[in-house]
Amino acid sequence: MKLETNTTRARFRAITDNAVTLLAVLATFLVIAPLVAIFVYLIYRGYSSLSLDFFTRIPKPVGEKGGGMANAIVGSGILLALASVIGVPIGIGGGIFLAEFGRGTKLANSIRFTADVLNGVPSIVMGVAAYALIVSPHVRYMPLLGHFSAFSGGVALGIMMIPTVCRTTEEMLLMVPHAVREAALGLGVPNWRSVLSITVRTASPGIITGCMLAFARVAGETAPLIFTALGNSFWSTSLNEPIAALPLQIYVYAISPYDEWHKLAWAGALVLIVLIVLAVSLVRYVTSRGVLKGAS
Amino acid sequence: MIQVPETRISPPQQRHELQSAAALQTASASLKASEIRKFLLQRGNSALADRWFHVLMLLCALSIFGIVLLIAGELAIGSSLSWGQFGFDFFFKTYFDPYTHLPVYWDPVNGHFSALPFVYGTLVSSFLSLLIAVPLAIGVAVFLTEMCPGVLRGPLAFLTELLAAIPSIIYGLWAVFVLVPLLREYVNPLLTGSLGWTGLFSDDNPTGLGFVAAAVILAIMILPIISSLTREVMIAVPHSQREAVLALGATRWEMIRMGVLRNARIGIVGSVILGLGRALGETMAVTMVIGNTPEIHRSLLANGASMASVIANEYAEATSNLHRSALTEIGLALFVVTILVNAVARLLVWAVTRGAPARSR
Repeated sequence: MKLETNTTRARFRAITDNAVTLLAVLATFLVIAPLVAIFVYLIYRGYSSLSLDFFTRIPKPVGEKGGGMANAIVGSGILLALASVIGVPIGIGGGIFLAEFGRGTKLANSIRFTADVLNGVPSIVMGVAAYALIVSPHVRYMPLLGHFSAFSGGVALGIMMIPTVCRTTEEMLLMVPHAVREAALGLGVPNWRSVLSITVRTASPGIITGCMLAFARVAGETAPLIFTALGNSFWSTSLNEPIAALPLQIYVYAISPYDEWHKLAWAGALVLIVLIVLAVSLVRYVTSRGVLKGAS
Repeated sequence: MIQVPETRISPPQQRHELQSAAALQTASASLKASEIRKFLLQRGNSALADRWFHVLMLLCALSIFGIVLLIAGELAIGSSLSWGQFGFDFFFKTYFDPYTHLPVYWDPVNGHFSALPFVYGTLVSSFLSLLIAVPLAIGVAVFLTEMCPGVLRGPLAFLTELLAAIPSIIYGLWAVFVLVPLLREYVNPLLTGSLGWTGLFSDDNPTGLGFVAAAVILAIMILPIISSLTREVMIAVPHSQREAVLALGATRWEMIRMGVLRNARIGIVGSVILGLGRALGETMAVTMVIGNTPEIHRSLLANGASMASVIANEYAEATSNLHRSALTEIGLALFVVTILVNAVARLLVWAVTRGAPARSR
């Protein structure tokens, strides 16, 4: 019996195989190319327009040279702090429920599914919902409500953090071996204490990185801030007033027709991306090192 | 999966057990046991605290349902005015100017609101971006799982992840200053020249903005999502499938086609739908390059607007209650569509990776 009687067919198969390999390599290059292009251009344009002024001054009116984004950087910090205060505890709590109490139940499965779906809801929709909930002039039952404010922006970002934090917390808690929980319970430690100071603490590096991932994600969000935090070209640290934010300021400057502002937009984008890349690399480092291995 | 034993030991019994356990130990350990006993006596009854803790965590978890309901409720209330005025016609009907006989889709000043051009813009830009992104994403996933040397796999996977972490505003910035000029100078004339006969490409738009620019930047943005999920699904295909096909004398491509892609196809479809969900709702980058004119043109090089972009542009400065309500209704439509699309996608991906071993990175 002869193997491969049809040589043209064998050749055709070999050629197809090589062609597909080539195409896959080409596709990978095509995907990596824009990433490299974005980074190179961002560093090139951003670095040349970065200066000390950028970090210490507030924006100047059109036509005047100089000016910076100090207020936007501080504003972003305030918004993100508020978002973390709202998003992190609730998210971690939800993750604890999914991993420790509801494991395998229908309720937990549906919550997990809803969290994943909520993660895919566009951020602009979150913005519209936050507007209707907090900013809309019809809302007048609390002092912070009824107008554009830093508070509303922080709430919109915080709500966006919850599903991400919840899911990563759950995933990290699931990696904690059962022996650790059983040891704690066997010593007579109450369940809440065992969860908080044994299980959560064991998984804490993973949980922290999960929070940072959510943090990095909302740090670059612009859409939900356009009609909640609104932006501000002056110093403001009040939660009750419109506040500037880095992504918002980049957006306003990028669509403006002024060269001077374009430069500032690039500098702002560079600062933003450096923060985000740092966070993501840290996450990658911690998860790849397998911090949880020591616990088992 | 092992369940944590939930049986509670009553304190006296517990103490007794600890004592008997301590009796087996040496003198130094009995000191520890007495410390534990002191601790146990101090803390009192923990059943109440445990129950409160359970309820608190349950509330945190239920808040996720609460958020979805809250968003849906707020959007429904906010859009009731527009809904009452237009009904379903909002998404289909167009108003024709009595003098020029041209369609007027969106005219806040005169109170004409129709979401048709935005629905059209969202669908066209999303599907065009899928057309670009899906083959590339599958190519990358195939390369990373089946062909790539081990040394490169980690860094390349990291790079595609990084692509997913870049905020949409930075993609937009890059698109406005790099991609759009590039398209305007080189790609658009080429498209017009070679495919102009289809009527889909007529280069009468000097800005370079439009559906093609939006689709390209969207494709770059949804690529990492599709490719990383496709990769996950492909990793979940058991090795025995690959080995069986190879043992029959298949080449590598035949192995990938028959052994991997065929088994993973449901999951791949799921990841593509997930990418579609992301593309439908993408706001900032699209707003910056789509041109923002509420019109419907046959040419893909013409300016347009998407559902997300019109909200981003007009919501903060809406001129009337009806205008704001109409924008909220667009938001509600976007919410419902993305929820459905994401739910379908998750179910498909879940169907494939369900029985898979823990995700290997």
